[in-house]
Amino acid sequence: MKVIGKDISKSYFRETKEANYFHAVEKTDFELEQGKITEIMGRSGSGKSTLLNIMSGLLAPSEGNVFLGDTDLYSLNDKKLSKLRNENFGIIPQGHTGIASLNTLENILLPVLLYKKASEETTQRANRLIETVGLKGLEKAYPKELSGGELRRMAIARALIMQPKVIFADEPTGDLDDENTETVLKLLRQTADEGIAVMLVTHEAQAEKYADVVYKMDGGKLRKH
Amino acid sequence: MNSINQLPFKNVLKHPVRTGMLLLMTVFLSFSAFAGTLIIKSLQGGIDSLNSRLGADIIVVPRNAQQGLQSILLQGVPGYFYMDKSVTEKVSKVDGIEKMTSQYFLASIGANCCSMPIQIIGFDPDTDFSVKPWLEKSFNGTLADKQIIVGHKVNAFEGEQLRFYGVVCDVAGKLDETGTELDNAVYCNESTIKTLIKASEEMGVNVLTKADPDTLISSLMIKVKDGYDIQKVADYINVHVKRVEAVKTQSMIEGISDSLERLSFVVSALVATNWVVVLIMLLITFSMVINERKREFAILRVIGSSKRSLAKTVLFEAVIIGVVGGGLGVLLSSGAVTMFSKAIEKKLGLPLLLPSFEELMCYAGLTVLLCAVVAPVTAALSAYRASKVDAGTVLREE
Ligand SMILES: Nc1ncnc2c1ncn2[C@@H]1O[C@H](COP(=O)(O)OP(=O)(O)OP(=O)(O)O)[C@@H](O)[C@H]1O
Ligand SMILES: [Mg+2]
Repeated sequence: MKVIGKDISKSYFRETKEANYFHAVEKTDFELEQGKITEIMGRSGSGKSTLLNIMSGLLAPSEGNVFLGDTDLYSLNDKKLSKLRNENFGIIPQGHTGIASLNTLENILLPVLLYKKASEETTQRANRLIETVGLKGLEKAYPKELSGGELRRMAIARALIMQPKVIFADEPTGDLDDENTETVLKLLRQTADEGIAVMLVTHEAQAEKYADVVYKMDGGKLRKH
Repeated sequence: MNSINQLPFKNVLKHPVRTGMLLLMTVFLSFSAFAGTLIIKSLQGGIDSLNSRLGADIIVVPRNAQQGLQSILLQGVPGYFYMDKSVTEKVSKVDGIEKMTSQYFLASIGANCCSMPIQIIGFDPDTDFSVKPWLEKSFNGTLADKQIIVGHKVNAFEGEQLRFYGVVCDVAGKLDETGTELDNAVYCNESTIKTLIKASEEMGVNVLTKADPDTLISSLMIKVKDGYDIQKVADYINVHVKRVEAVKTQSMIEGISDSLERLSFVVSALVATNWVVVLIMLLITFSMVINERKREFAILRVIGSSKRSLAKTVLFEAVIIGVVGGGLGVLLSSGAVTMFSKAIEKKLGLPLLLPSFEELMCYAGLTVLLCAVVAPVTAALSAYRASKVDAGTVLREE
């Protein structure tokens, strides 16, 4: 299932020479395909996160629509959109995103628990994911006891636990060393190869060799690279 | 964790400083509310208990003896006064009297139970309606001559003997606590008290009278017929019966009721001010906490929490705080009130009678419930703000 942004744009209030608003994302079409990593590069402040948030149902665009299959995301009410996000999207936000009062395993299981009780199967899946992302032995550790790289890998496992159709990763390798960056990128490649659509926002030059489609964002303008 | 319902508990447990601060505030709420309620209710209970102990609408005493009566009943100063028995007949002719019985007061000196004089009250078993109803609770049967029932605080027990003016009396029972000065009194029947009065006269202690006890009474307890105005009956007695004073029990107790009302007002005002201050503090703390927690809520939104469920988490955390803090406050204040009730009683000069256990549990339950409701109310604004967290924006701000 594709995620399609049609004529989407986002503008914010800000006084510029010409107008008193500016486009964080200028009007564009955008598409995420199954089995492919779609990479967005660009300078800081160019609108990459804004586009990712719009596509992932976190930020309503000023204009245009985002579709998952036939469903227009922003025509849904909060409850339905939240549930859709929970079931179909795995989002890895920028920065550290551990819930402080939960340990690694609980953090990873959290998306499952939002709408259901944990089952034997989901716990097993969580443990497999913990192994895949290399957090074995840290199941009971709390976020403040984890390193930046470990937190990032935890966020990836959490994004995968619901077996989503789409993964949105906003600078998942942000402050990681080369080795960790490589690990994370490989994980995302693996995920895409399993048939999941991946949107990857990154500064990392080495990401390009993992991506299928590469875009460049420049002052809100999206261009194929 | 295998259910999202555990998340609020984890959040509360894993943030001890924040939780501790919020708990402390709710403890203040519940402590003040419960302690205030206990004090007001105990004061009320003490007065009600005195009222029901007296059981009479009007008490007739010798002229100028009202002060003495009040000292006996309210300050616990043992005393005695007498008037001629013929008063009984004159008063009985007054219209509107349903029941009437005479009582006898005598102050002991140096009984073997007590270092201080204690109040001895005699009643007429044939006509009594004022003492018997609650006497029966600790003693069934009729009091024989030289048998006495002791108040709760008198240091003597069933089966023991007390000696007053050389007369040995058997303790036949002990009364329940009333919280009033009557807990220090001793009760006996008419013929026993006459023996005691005679003995006191013979010892030269009782200087008030040298008359034959058979011709004396101390007071007349009167129950007014339904439909008659108690004040009018008392007024009528005051006008038409010489050398006596008819005191309306209610107005005598109103003296303390007045100070009770003032005191209740002060206590309520204190509790109310405390609540306002603490509620504002709670409101501020919850708001501050939400600012710190924006990122956490944004993450929950990202993984698919609805606005509603975020708000619910915040509110439920507040309920947990309310229940735990409320419970702790109730425990602490019941401890404090029972520990200091004697001191409070002394300080206020008013009788204190703690409500029954069932009633206490009821107030405790209500206090906890109130805290469990009020805490989430103060967190409501924060819950609203949590639900409005813009995940995209918050997570951009690293
Ligand atoms: N809520 C908002 N209100 C006003 N301006 C905003 C808001 N969100 C984003 N912007 C602006 O939109 C532009 C794009 O922001 P965005 O976060 O998408 O950039 P980015 O490409 O992700 O940058 P970075 O690489 O630093 O994460 C920036 O100029 C930012 O200041
Ligand atoms: Mg960004």
